[in-house]
Amino acid sequence: MSPLETVLLAVAAIVAAPFAGGLLAGIDRKLSARMQSRWGPPLLQPFYDVRKLFRKETIVVRRSQNFYIYFFFVFMVFTTVLFFTGGDILLTIFALTLASIFLVLAAYKASSPYSFIGAERELILMMAYEPMVLLAAVGMYLVTRSFIVVDIARSPQLLVLSLPGLFIGFVVTLLFKMRKSPFDISASHHAHQEIVRGITTEFSGRTLAFIEIAHWYETTVVLGMVALFFAALPWLAAVAAACVFFLVILVDNVFARVKWRLALASGWIIAAALGVGNILVVFFLR
Amino acid sequence: MTAHALLIAFPLAIAIPLLVFRSRAVTNVLVITAAVLIAAGSLGLLLPQTSVLSASFQVPAEYLDWTLLGLELAVAAFIFFLGVRHLRHLVSFLALLQAGLAVATEILFRGRIEVVTLLAADKFSLMMAGIVGIVGGFIAVYSLGYMKAYHEHHREYRDRQPLFFFLLFLFLSAMFGVFFSNSLPLLLLFWEITTLCSFLLIGYNGTAESRGRAFLALTLNLLGGLAFAGAILFLAFTAGTVELDRLIAMGAAGGGLGAALIPAALLAFAGMTKSAQMPFSSWLLGAMVAPTPVSALLHSSTMVKAGVYLVLRLAPVLRGTIPGTMVALIGGITFLAGSLIAISQSDAKRVLAWSTIANLGLIVLCGGIGTYEALWAGILLILFHAVTKALLFLCVGTFEQKTNTRDIESMSGLIVAMPKLSIMIQIGIAGMFLAPFGMLVSKWAVLRALVDSNPLLVVFVVFGSSATLFFWVKWMGKLLEVTKVRPADETGIAVRQWVALSALSVLSVGLVGFYPLISAQLIEPYVRSIYGMVTTISQGNLIIMSIMLGMVALFPVTFFVYQRKVRVVDAYLGGGNMDSSVLFQGAGGQVKSMEMRNYYLAHLFGEKRLSLAGGIACAALIFVMFGVAL
Repeated sequence: MSPLETVLLAVAAIVAAPFAGGLLAGIDRKLSARMQSRWGPPLLQPFYDVRKLFRKETIVVRRSQNFYIYFFFVFMVFTTVLFFTGGDILLTIFALTLASIFLVLAAYKASSPYSFIGAERELILMMAYEPMVLLAAVGMYLVTRSFIVVDIARSPQLLVLSLPGLFIGFVVTLLFKMRKSPFDISASHHAHQEIVRGITTEFSGRTLAFIEIAHWYETTVVLGMVALFFAALPWLAAVAAACVFFLVILVDNVFARVKWRLALASGWIIAAALGVGNILVVFFLR
Repeated sequence: MTAHALLIAFPLAIAIPLLVFRSRAVTNVLVITAAVLIAAGSLGLLLPQTSVLSASFQVPAEYLDWTLLGLELAVAAFIFFLGVRHLRHLVSFLALLQAGLAVATEILFRGRIEVVTLLAADKFSLMMAGIVGIVGGFIAVYSLGYMKAYHEHHREYRDRQPLFFFLLFLFLSAMFGVFFSNSLPLLLLFWEITTLCSFLLIGYNGTAESRGRAFLALTLNLLGGLAFAGAILFLAFTAGTVELDRLIAMGAAGGGLGAALIPAALLAFAGMTKSAQMPFSSWLLGAMVAPTPVSALLHSSTMVKAGVYLVLRLAPVLRGTIPGTMVALIGGITFLAGSLIAISQSDAKRVLAWSTIANLGLIVLCGGIGTYEALWAGILLILFHAVTKALLFLCVGTFEQKTNTRDIESMSGLIVAMPKLSIMIQIGIAGMFLAPFGMLVSKWAVLRALVDSNPLLVVFVVFGSSATLFFWVKWMGKLLEVTKVRPADETGIAVRQWVALSALSVLSVGLVGFYPLISAQLIEPYVRSIYGMVTTISQGNLIIMSIMLGMVALFPVTFFVYQRKVRVVDAYLGGGNMDSSVLFQGAGGQVKSMEMRNYYLAHLFGEKRLSLAGGIACAALIFVMFGVAL
């Protein structure tokens, strides 16, 4: 890729990703409502919400708590750029982790018992899904011999055929990453199973809006990673990402949240069985 | 090469007057001057004018052999009588056995084996010496302030500071010896001196508890020493040499033939006891009773690195062999189990100890794999870990000195109570696991090394890393949250301590900026000289990492916009707040205080259970390693 192309791609990613993510959030709410026999809000409701949040007063418990959120946001944008300009996938994962850690630190900084519980639970979730994400990257390397997203995307092989276990494991990871039931113990979208608001309890106004937008970026990146499994056939990649997104929403509405112990066990057992098993098969059949 | 011998001799020359002159002023001047000179000297050796790729040093073998044997026997005799006096018969027995092996080697091969290269220095040993010189220098300076306060706090312990500083410098001398020795008997002598220093420093307080733990450390390290002496005898017997470079050349040429493999397995075993790999990890935990500078210097940043240094040296011999794979597995299991156990610990020093054991495991893993990529990653790990862990230990020591506790839970609100110290701990923690800091760069390199050679071992790394993330972030969170406002108070910490702490903090961050230079100048030439190939991080990724570092470094800037227009309210306490963020009205109308405690998940990641499981697994692997090698 020429430098100009890279810059254009980066700008496109920065601008387009939140719109895509926001729209997906709108679709999510609409679909969830229909599954619960409700009419649901307009498709663009997430954007209206964020616009309104920007006009609200910002209230804090500790003066410095919002700084961590801004860094969470900035690093989430950075991760998006890194991924969509075709950088190193491991580095993308590390940047994503760094961003998520800023969110956790913000919740700690807020020094409120509810955000504290949310932070601890978010850490357990991160511990649960991190191995699977790294294993997925390793699996992609074993097939394509490269950690670079561009090379993986340009590989003529349909990765999912060699990496079915990793693909299924990664879809489960999405439930963690997108904070969906049954793994939404740090902050749930469903009021009925939430203790106050978990990790975002003490954030409001503009800061909360930034958290929302950062999540939109995050959704786009993780769905992009899903698409990587099908990158050889772009139309299939789009279909697959859409199907996976629908599946995640369906699971979210079917399951209640589990306790942290089961969440951790699920993440690790799936990574150990499907992830490691798949990698061993690929390595020894190569 | 004389310069290298001088670096070994100089700390020794400083150590003796430290024992003799007991005046505080003399100690201060001597320690600071010596620390500066040692740091400068170890750095000076890195200059191209003073070092060539591999320098050698020859002395007439005649009297050297006898001196060496005499010193070895003296150390063995000292340990023997220690064992007799304290009724530790196993210790006496091991010392006797080792002395027997040394004498046997001498009698059997006297005059038949000529040591060509006694001392040698290549880029790897020079880098190790640089780490020991700089980190050791700062820790020595820190100790001046710390030990004074230590004895003011702990009247119950006898003030034996002259002995303390004597041992510190004797230890530094021995460490340089370990890195510059090419003759294995000489290396073993220095090796045993570090064991002895470690024993005496762990037992420094003179209580029954510290003596017990000191003997545990001594026993396990003597086991390693015994294997070391066995390796020398075996090597002399089968290959007619007792030199490290010959052994490595044999292994590299023969692709792990028995003649090289058995001594390599024995030496790797010695390295793993020194580096507290499972099942020997218990001694390092026990060593935490020593004053904190000892933990920082011996038990995290330097002495335990001697073990992994030896394992990495043997990488060309171990590569692609079954014993090598066993070594890698032991490292992998130790990394995973150590990281998981660290989750369950609330004593800051124990968290650091387990994390040290885990990271040493990661380095052992690299040595066992032994490819050029793994070797590069392993050396990088040593570099970053030494600096960052020393910083963290010294920070915890300072915290303990001020508060008389090292419970992580009591670090709540530290950002207000001790802002400078809190920020330094955060730097250290970030350095241990977060992108774009050093340890993460190294772990990334390990991951890349493993995918090409043995993806099964990737499992240990990815699961272990996710556990490290958990225990470091929750510690960091504890430093940040403020519930009960404590008054700011950072007085009573000596300037010398602040100097060492600040320097190590700057170094921890700075290394991220200039490690590509260290890699290009030292690590890559060394790896290339062995394998003819080398790996490194691509230019593009380096730029991205620098951007990330720049962004993270912007964080302190946020404090300039501190007084922004925000409304400050009390934390939400279920609507029952009593005009406070911590007091709330309970169900019966009574006023209750809110408390927040971290998760330790002890029933899942309990120390007893996991160290037992890891110990059994690793012990089995050691048997397989020797079984296959023989």
